[in-house]
Amino acid sequence: MSEVLNFHFDVDHEDFTSAGQASVQVKKNLRQLGLPPEIIRRVSIAMYEGEINMVIHAGGGTADVNVTEDYIEIILKDHGPGIKDIDQAMQEGFSTATDTIRSLGFGAGMGLPNMKRYTDYMTVQSVVGEGTDITMRVNIN
Amino acid sequence: MTVGKLSGTEFFAPVVITEPNREIDGVYIGDLLSWVMGRASSGNAWITIMSNVNILAVASLADTACIILAENVALEQDVIETAKQKNINIISSPVGMYETAVMLSTLL
Ligand SMILES: Nc1ncnc2c1ncn2[C@@H]1O[C@H](COP(=O)(O)OP(=O)(O)OP(=O)(O)O)[C@@H](O)[C@H]1O
Ligand SMILES: [Mg+2]
Repeated sequence: MSEVLNFHFDVDHEDFTSAGQASVQVKKNLRQLGLPPEIIRRVSIAMYEGEINMVIHAGGGTADVNVTEDYIEIILKDHGPGIKDIDQAMQEGFSTATDTIRSLGFGAGMGLPNMKRYTDYMTVQSVVGEGTDITMRVNIN
Repeated sequence: MTVGKLSGTEFFAPVVITEPNREIDGVYIGDLLSWVMGRASSGNAWITIMSNVNILAVASLADTACIILAENVALEQDVIETAKQKNINIISSPVGMYETAVMLSTLL
């Protein structure tokens, strides 16, 4: 498998009560490709956290998943408010989630730390007022 | 113990059982979804009182064996339908999360 497989998703901001569709779909696709369950689990959890963040903090965005021979790459892009202090946002427990969102079980400030924990490589680029780009990779071997 | 067997014990009640043969391997308790995502292990029974539809995606992606709803927490019908479609096992417990966990420790 030398060519790259790509899955593209538009992540809708409207329905944050049932977000996570793209991640659930990616899990299915990776299963069909026969990838190891632990790799699939790490990719889908990292992607879910990023997808939810785009929905609740950024008004939606796009997700691209590239499957190569060596790694699975997740690229998330949104045109939301951006993150002012990325180091602070990466800390466990930091959250700006509203009470409504917290009442659904989000807002523990654990999403970005989980993304970091479950992936082998992660970069966050964000410009206040313009948006946020996140790239994550999980190595296959 | 399998999810099917657990849901058939007198203490617990099945809500949605789509994969009865799934083996339960440990327990995780929590209501904050990102904690569950970060700390629950694949195959765990996940005890929670959260009932909104997001628990289904979390259970699916964290690959838990089943959700156990403590305190007799009820699900909306559309959440039950979605759980069936997504193959999520859900069991109901009549008592709190602590008592539920104590019961599990005697059964598992
Ligand atoms: N795509 C994004 N756009 C703008 N801000 C973001 C984005 N992603 C994260 N943030 C900011 O970073 C903070 C921390 O994110 P993180 O995912 O760790 O926690 P959370 O989403 O608040 O809660 P949890 O993920 O535990 O439900 C958020 O509260 C928000 O302020
Ligand atoms: Mg988050």
